[in-house]
Amino acid sequence: MTRFLAITRTEMLILRRNRWLLVATLIMVLFALALTFAGSAPTGTLGVDMLTVSVASMTTLSVYLAPLLALMIAFDAIAGDVDRGSLSLLLSYPAGRGEILLGKFTAHLAALAFAMTVGFGTAGAVAAWFGGAGPESLMALARLILTSILLGAVFLALGYLLSALSRGSTAAAGLSAGLWLIFVVLYDLGLLGAVVMDKGGTFTQSVFPWVMVANPADAFRLWNIAATEGIAMASGMTGAAQALPAWAAPASLLIWPVLGFALARAAFRRVEP
Amino acid sequence: MTDKALSITQVCKDRGKIRVLDDITLSLAPGQRVALLGHNGAGKSTLIKSILGLTPIHGGAIRIGDATPGSAQARRDTAYLPEAVSFHPALTGREQLNLFAQLSGARADVPGLLDRVGLSDALDRRIGAYSKGMRQRLGLAQVLLGQPKVALLDEPTSGLDPISRQDLYAIIDELAAQGTAVLIASHALTEVEARTDRIAIMRKGQMVADDTLNNLSALAGLPIRLKVRASANPEVLAAELGGIRINGASVELLCTPDDKMEALRRIAGMGDAVADVEMTPPRLEDLYRHYAQEEMQ
Repeated sequence: MTRFLAITRTEMLILRRNRWLLVATLIMVLFALALTFAGSAPTGTLGVDMLTVSVASMTTLSVYLAPLLALMIAFDAIAGDVDRGSLSLLLSYPAGRGEILLGKFTAHLAALAFAMTVGFGTAGAVAAWFGGAGPESLMALARLILTSILLGAVFLALGYLLSALSRGSTAAAGLSAGLWLIFVVLYDLGLLGAVVMDKGGTFTQSVFPWVMVANPADAFRLWNIAATEGIAMASGMTGAAQALPAWAAPASLLIWPVLGFALARAAFRRVEP
Repeated sequence: MTDKALSITQVCKDRGKIRVLDDITLSLAPGQRVALLGHNGAGKSTLIKSILGLTPIHGGAIRIGDATPGSAQARRDTAYLPEAVSFHPALTGREQLNLFAQLSGARADVPGLLDRVGLSDALDRRIGAYSKGMRQRLGLAQVLLGQPKVALLDEPTSGLDPISRQDLYAIIDELAAQGTAVLIASHALTEVEARTDRIAIMRKGQMVADDTLNNLSALAGLPIRLKVRASANPEVLAAELGGIRINGASVELLCTPDDKMEALRRIAGMGDAVADVEMTPPRLEDLYRHYAQEEMQ
């Protein structure tokens, strides 16, 4: 059982050593701060505190950034070891493949959690200091951080899956970029197109919300938006959230990491170093 | 219990339509050093990966002691040095070896091991700054972790300078002395010749030879080369001994191991006409060519 912790410790060391942790945290802090200040204008008109608006902006940011950062660490996890020729050596040790993957996952998730907490935490603290905060907006901030970590976990697992499926880390990097584009950009564009074509028919009424929540990135958005009225107002996205039961988005975001990890584990089993 | 550290019996493996391992049988007793020779693509690395359980086999059986490849027991009992190994460049040698020690569960003196392979100065330097030879030494250090029953070394001398090679073989001897069976896949024929107990040669997925160097020579029936230098007239010498003249003053003749003494007696009987005799037994290189290329000729 301590074997996966040995992997975790080493991976943490690597993330700190190659400055990934520093750079990721810095990116999160900078973007979160920038959005907080840029998005502070509508506070007066909506009648909510500044932290609420800040969380709404940061939710939009996290949809793009959390998957990106997660994929940036994950794509190399297996393919990189294959490239270096060190995977066969690692696998000749008593640690099982599941343990190796779990060890890497734990380390990578901890690093993501650190970057998210520091980034959103700093921006949240700044917004609360300048524009006030209430118990509800503080809850929203905590929810944002937690769901961002979950979203990161989804894309870590999917990144491992691509890393195990591809030959070499260059291919894995390309596939990861494609995956990000599909889940974060193209999926929504496709849905938008479908809704426009449908003109408010049965698809828009009953199918569309479920297809939307099946995408972890959208589930993340819905969860954060549906939970707080102020944020729903600030982001102007209430319709889709109301069409679904409250458990749909959390369920999607909780199932995806487990499913992704199981898929990655299965793909890793078939890798012949 | 078996008394073999490693036994491979009638192993077959197909990759697509190609049979990459064909009826391979090989066994190593504890403390034995066996060289595994063969061309690139002869199946050496595939055989090693099969022993490690990293790639499935489609027939026959492999046992490490009593354990099957890939089982927890087998992984504990085997040490492996991959060909041209590399590690994460951001880690130091000490950190990398610590990880391996924790994974193997062995209590290890990491600085001592790195000192043993001559890396004590580079202990806390990043592997990214290591030379190829240093990475190879680091790879060797992890072979020494714990007390493996079987060590599988894939091209261990690649990238090493001559002094490092000597060190490497000293370490292999130590491993063998502590009872580890060592299988060395190699191209460096001359080194292997002196440093191993047995030689196995693979060709196109088949084991074409597996014996001691002496027995292989006898089996192959390769001739011993005698070079006789004449003191005065090589023509007479050539006529007398029935060999061929190779330069101004020498005659070369080939004889089987059985005829060797007879030939030497004849040469000695010629008295002053012979200035010098040089005898060259068949070298591993000749043997290797004989066994590995048999079919092509």
